[in-house]
Amino acid sequence: MRDKYMYTDRLAVGYGNKILIDDIDINVEKGQIIALIGPNGAGKSTILKTIIGQLDSKDGTVYLAGKKMSEMSGHEVSVKMSVMMTDRLKTELMTCRDVVNTGRYPYTGRLGILSAADHEKVDEAIELVGGEDIADRDFMEISDGQRQRIMLAKAICQEPEIIVLDEPTSFLDIRHKLELISILKKMVKERNIAVIMSLHEIDLAQKVADKIVCVKGDRIDRSGEPDEIFTSDYIEKLYDIRKGSYNELFGGIELERAGGMAEVFVISGNGTGIPYYRKCQREGIPFATGIIHENDVDCQVAEALAVEVIKEKAFNHITDESFERAVEIMNKCKSVKCTLDVFGDINVENKKLYEIAKSTGKKIL
Amino acid sequence: MKRDRRLRYGIAFTVLAILLIILLTVNIKYGSVDMTVKDIMEVFAGKGDITVSRIIMDIRLPRVMAALVLGGALSVSGYLLQTFFGNPIAGPFVLGISSGAKLTVSVAMIVFLGQGMAVSSATLIISAFVGAMLSMGFILLVSGRVKKMSMLVICGVMIGYICSAITDFIVTFADDSNIVNLHNWSMGSFSGISWENVKTMSIVIFITLACTFMMSKPISAYQLGETYAKNMGVNIKRFRILLILLSSILSAVVTAFAGPISFVGIAVPHLIKRMFKTAKPIIIIPACFLGGAAFCMFCDLIARTVFAPTEMSISSITAIFGAPVVIKMMVNRQEDKNA
Repeated sequence: MRDKYMYTDRLAVGYGNKILIDDIDINVEKGQIIALIGPNGAGKSTILKTIIGQLDSKDGTVYLAGKKMSEMSGHEVSVKMSVMMTDRLKTELMTCRDVVNTGRYPYTGRLGILSAADHEKVDEAIELVGGEDIADRDFMEISDGQRQRIMLAKAICQEPEIIVLDEPTSFLDIRHKLELISILKKMVKERNIAVIMSLHEIDLAQKVADKIVCVKGDRIDRSGEPDEIFTSDYIEKLYDIRKGSYNELFGGIELERAGGMAEVFVISGNGTGIPYYRKCQREGIPFATGIIHENDVDCQVAEALAVEVIKEKAFNHITDESFERAVEIMNKCKSVKCTLDVFGDINVENKKLYEIAKSTGKKIL
Repeated sequence: MKRDRRLRYGIAFTVLAILLIILLTVNIKYGSVDMTVKDIMEVFAGKGDITVSRIIMDIRLPRVMAALVLGGALSVSGYLLQTFFGNPIAGPFVLGISSGAKLTVSVAMIVFLGQGMAVSSATLIISAFVGAMLSMGFILLVSGRVKKMSMLVICGVMIGYICSAITDFIVTFADDSNIVNLHNWSMGSFSGISWENVKTMSIVIFITLACTFMMSKPISAYQLGETYAKNMGVNIKRFRILLILLSSILSAVVTAFAGPISFVGIAVPHLIKRMFKTAKPIIIIPACFLGGAAFCMFCDLIARTVFAPTEMSISSITAIFGAPVVIKMMVNRQEDKNA
């Protein structure tokens, strides 16, 4: 077993006299990323704020590098742990480089003057987050996303052994989300640091984290490896999803289906159906679809969005039974859409279905 | 970029130094009796007319030195308070700290003078410090409950009014002979300062300033907010207490000798930050001192020469030049918010 680098022992967190969550046992190893997920207001930030010492713990202990953190000096903690929180910084006449510079403070002398080596580390960190072009601009004049990247550079150049991040991706566009995650991954791998962060994007959490901690209101609901956590059932329960659904294979969400009697019958397969399903969902048109094999990618989305799905077992030929059901349902629909343009041996019935639709005078979309 | 900055700092410091030298000369030169540069040189060389020497050495020089030291202290005190509250309109005057010091100093003066005792510089400073801490304590109490800075400033102004009212009340019942002195002082003035005063205030202020300068590092960490300062290893509790103590000592000393002086604590740090284009304490603390010194020397020059021989209170002059800066600053901030 690897060393626990940072861990909490029966930690209780909360505000004032109120305990929000107790009995928290989280442990982070070096070279590991831990993600805290859970609904809004579940207490992810409160836990992180308590870990970094911004909030007092109500009970229990936080250990860092084998020592009680409460007994370590501010300086001792500052060279081991860096943080990136969600508080909006209000700076006065500070360039982005000035902000990153502050990350080197634990290493500077009494007056906080940076050495040439410090400046090099700052440049390195700025380059790592792709902030060279904004380095000399005023910190207040850049966008939220850019600010987040600069704050990451600050956290990095503090040369910590653990980084604590509270929703680091919230203001980032998709490219920078990916970049931030890859930077963290790289840091973890190359410098063998530990990362603990809260994430709203469960798809990212699933892909980046080595361990997931699920926070729900008054407790740590569950923790474990991503594949144990990210099941459709559990995620829907954790976030109390009522409209729409979570797809464990895609790691993504689908909106609520358009309910009612199916108006359109979609003949699809091989992934061709998904764009059309989504179109129907957006326009609020209830639809049925078939005949799809269970291992077809269309099936994943169809299950979430279609009123009815005529499925066939994976790798099998389509049975007469399924075909007859498909005809029956199609006959009840006003119109038919075929998204396939090639048919193969095992879905030749779909071609037949389409021909029936045309010959019976269904409106072909 | 880095070189540009160094150049800017260099130029700005040079400008401030030159300004200071010019103001020093002009302040010694002009007054109820105008001197020539030659007179001044002669006095410093130990020669020259005895009356001229008296005027320069006993009246003008201590006065201008007091303006220099106290003006600098006041503006550094403002800068510290602005850092503490994270707001540029905080200052010893608007937060009622100067008025608190004024109240306790008047009480001390009346008590001591009433018993026929002389009031020493140390007594003045200590009583002013007590008053400053009382006001400060009250402001901190309020700031724990109201988070909005504007409310805090209003509370500060109210404290100021209450303290001034009580001071006026006390002054009314003071001995006639004391009233003249007290009245002058309580309006704010650099007049009547002795070399002994200058010596004491300089010792206290320069020690305090040295401590403040040594705190440059935690101050600049604190500028990023408490969370990050803590993460950089700053002991927040101790830091906050120190900041309060240092700024209170500085404003207390100013009030002890020159009475309450308005707007210097807000306007000067603001102008200095714009001039240096940075808020870094390691640069701004010394720059604020020089700037505050120049500003107060300039204002004192006007206070005693424009309507000579009648002297105006120093606070009226600092308000005329300082208040517009503060208004401009608040308007700009509001516009930034709306944009």
